[in-house]
Amino acid sequence: MNTAEPFAELPVAPKPPLRRFHQARWDEPIIFELSTPGRRGIAVPEPGAPRVELPESVRRAEPPKLPELAQPQVVRHYLRLSQENLGHDLNIDVGQGTCTMKYSPKVNDRFAAAVAELHPLQHEDTVQGVLEIYWRMERMLAEISGMSRVSLQPGSGSAAIYANVAMIRAYHAARGETHRDQVITTMFSHPSNAACAKVAGFEVITLMPDADGLPDIEALRAAVGPRTAALMITNPEDTGIFNPRIREFVDLVHEAGGLACYDQANANGILGITRARDAGFDLCHFNLHKTFSTPHACGGPAAGACGVSADLAPFLPGPVVAFDGSAYTLETPERSIGKVRPFLGVTPNIVRAYAWIMSLGAEGLRQVAETAALNNNYLMSKILAIPGASAPWGRRRIEQVRYSWQELSEETGVHSEEIGVRAADFGVHYWTSHHPYLVPEPFTLEPTESYSKEDLDEYAAILAHVADEARRDPELVKGAPYNQSVHKIDPSPLDDPKAWAPTWRAYVRKHLS
Amino acid sequence: MSAGVSVGLVVNPVAGLGGAAGLKGSDGAEVQRAALARGATPRAGERAARAVRALLSRRPGTRLVTVPGPMGEHSARAAGAPYDLVRAGLASEPGPSAATTARDTRRAVLAMAGVDLLLFAGGDGTARDVLDAVRELRERGERVPPVLGIPAGVKVYSGCFAVSPAAAGTLAAAYLSATPGGSATPGRSGTPGLPGTSGGSGTPGGGPGRAALAEAEVVDLDEERYRQGLVSPVLYGALPVPAAPAALSGRKAGSSGTAPGTVEGIAREVVSRMRPGVRHVLGPGATTRAVGRELGLATTLLGVDVVERVEAVEAVEAVEGAEGAEGGERDGAGGRLVAADVSEAELAGLVGGRETVLVLSVIGGQGFVLGRGNQQVSPRVLRAVLGDAPGARTGRLLVLATQQKLAALGGRPLLADSGDEDLDRMLAGHVQVITGYHESTIYRISAASEESNG
Repeated sequence: MNTAEPFAELPVAPKPPLRRFHQARWDEPIIFELSTPGRRGIAVPEPGAPRVELPESVRRAEPPKLPELAQPQVVRHYLRLSQENLGHDLNIDVGQGTCTMKYSPKVNDRFAAAVAELHPLQHEDTVQGVLEIYWRMERMLAEISGMSRVSLQPGSGSAAIYANVAMIRAYHAARGETHRDQVITTMFSHPSNAACAKVAGFEVITLMPDADGLPDIEALRAAVGPRTAALMITNPEDTGIFNPRIREFVDLVHEAGGLACYDQANANGILGITRARDAGFDLCHFNLHKTFSTPHACGGPAAGACGVSADLAPFLPGPVVAFDGSAYTLETPERSIGKVRPFLGVTPNIVRAYAWIMSLGAEGLRQVAETAALNNNYLMSKILAIPGASAPWGRRRIEQVRYSWQELSEETGVHSEEIGVRAADFGVHYWTSHHPYLVPEPFTLEPTESYSKEDLDEYAAILAHVADEARRDPELVKGAPYNQSVHKIDPSPLDDPKAWAPTWRAYVRKHLS
Repeated sequence: MSAGVSVGLVVNPVAGLGGAAGLKGSDGAEVQRAALARGATPRAGERAARAVRALLSRRPGTRLVTVPGPMGEHSARAAGAPYDLVRAGLASEPGPSAATTARDTRRAVLAMAGVDLLLFAGGDGTARDVLDAVRELRERGERVPPVLGIPAGVKVYSGCFAVSPAAAGTLAAAYLSATPGGSATPGRSGTPGLPGTSGGSGTPGGGPGRAALAEAEVVDLDEERYRQGLVSPVLYGALPVPAAPAALSGRKAGSSGTAPGTVEGIAREVVSRMRPGVRHVLGPGATTRAVGRELGLATTLLGVDVVERVEAVEAVEAVEGAEGAEGGERDGAGGRLVAADVSEAELAGLVGGRETVLVLSVIGGQGFVLGRGNQQVSPRVLRAVLGDAPGARTGRLLVLATQQKLAALGGRPLLADSGDEDLDRMLAGHVQVITGYHESTIYRISAASEESNG
């Protein structure tokens, strides 16, 4: 009697409905632990030139404690680590909370490589091509947002938000209105808005959602006043709900003398459909890695872009690229807030984003937004068919949805985070980045334009399977993952500064000595 | 590995009886009989068993201590758990169907005070009975165990309950696993220095190897008024609970989702806004008590206190002699307790004719700011403090709440029921709610008389 699975009987076995995924597990040590004194990857020849004696003040007393390995060990080490990873190019990456993952076309890496040899201190005359890309990219983002000028300098989304807060502060100071010390934001605007405002010294007033899941406009009316510096708002918010009264929000703040700043980090739902300036906003920002397809690169180097109205243009971070009709030059705006990072910006990512926009054109950008919204609403219909999953407020969504496993969790004791971890056993996952935690047992899914119907079907099927497991055998889900590189981590050191070790040196000091 | 760790279990077997029968609670023998007559079946025992199953599946071998009969033993047996019995002299001990009373709950808690964690199944009324027993232990100077509620009652508004029976079991297991050798930091609970509320902040020194405790408010509704359609939550006190907001009714999720020190942040913000010489009326609650603590004052949890901030120099003078205060510099604010636990008449005398700020926290899950547990803040006190313009911008009414507490309202407004409906209507509108240091929100407040209690 043949007891093998039926699909095993065919010459080429069909695949089961859910992937029998198994992640590599190499038990790989930290590279410092692989170090052997004296081992080298390259035998560097004698220079054949006289040694340069460094001044005493910059000379090291001891050589740096770098790991010492041969080339094959280095290659093997990093390939192994790369196998213990789930990135966009490996999995259906729709579950990164508000991080917004989309495909970055490989050809754009080749364009980026073309500028890799440039030095940021080269004379302007020798880098006219790159300056032209900056100029044209700025003009395209100005057209997309309706703003007058755009800075491409910020190194990330939060750097762009911070640059905008700094411009807001400088703008009011220039008008002698330093008493404007309050920034208004909303609960479901990205929390970087509140965080950057607070870092810049503002008091933060956060508007709570009303019973419909929208920020309470009457609360805004009560909040604005002579101390209002700005409204900093995301729309659609991180719930995926678009605020149809956004123009009234902007007008209320303007009437009180404040500025309106639009967090468009993720513009996937609105590209080519709405424009920040058309709704009256004075400032906005994009994350090129969320909307314009550059790599996130694990926290950097990403790239942000700040767009401003003509009134705010003198405060932009510098330098910006200027064009007189024949040559491109660098200039610092008259009342610039200064630099928010060295040099012009993350040039390879500017080149990638430029290539992406050029390949799509205006109609293509609008199609990106339409496809992203369609994908999201298709996935939402699949997710809401899973018993125990819900989308609070029940409204239509644009490009993402903050869902809740509250019902499933109260029945089974299985938490959202545990469901995401169990999903990793099937080669996908989601990450529970949903601050502030207002929606109970949250998970946020965002399929951008990159995903096919089959991708979304597979993702929804995995979540449905795990939710069913939670009902039948909650301990199985709680014990997950089983097919992953690391099976369980203890999260408590994350909350304990005494245990933090962002470097090997800190690890040795805090844990090994 | 689990040897030596013991978990107590107390079940209020009649909790939840009145809910399905539409009786809005189960307090009192008559209501319980009425519920049974309407065909209600006891569910608390089964819910407790579910929590025990979840606990044991995560920490097999945990020693369960409970009392005979339906107040624990039956649930332990239903969960297939080994257990030890303690005799507490309960009315229910002779047989499974004997009636139990609040006194039985208290006696059971007192008999199990030595456990590392005490689970109790019931509702807000049961939580009050547990609180009474905890108070008795404190009065005797005895150790108070951390407690955790398994939601089984009709009314579950207190912060000491997990969101579900299974969540109670997993939270208990997580807490015990983080407690070395099962010794649950005895003596820590009930000390005035214990920070946090149900929103949850860690105990100082918490972290790996030491389970953190938080203070959770116990509130209850007056059931008689609730049946008449008048919701009336009252704050009764606070219980020490494992600090794990993921599964508590604070409705927060995620392992690192906590914002440590939120309550302390709120307190720091209030104190930073205080100007010397301006009287501040602190209403009841753990959040307002944190304001007292930030000022270095022992204000009351349940009473209304009046405080003032004093100039840094005065504060130094106040502590001089104890330690050499250098150069008049002192970190943090100093405060003066003008009067503690005042009556309405005393309060009216203290706020008349001088600049005063009311500092009130949100009591219970319905969003009451006025008229619940703080009736000392009467219409005449309110009129004296607020004058004719009680808006969000006057700064004379500060409402304190964590973002989680506001979120739990689901968009419903805060409520005022001062006893004077005209005054409540005047207060209606938007009020500034302080949610953290340099963080606030503007939130709608309504007259309770104009909100239907559905």
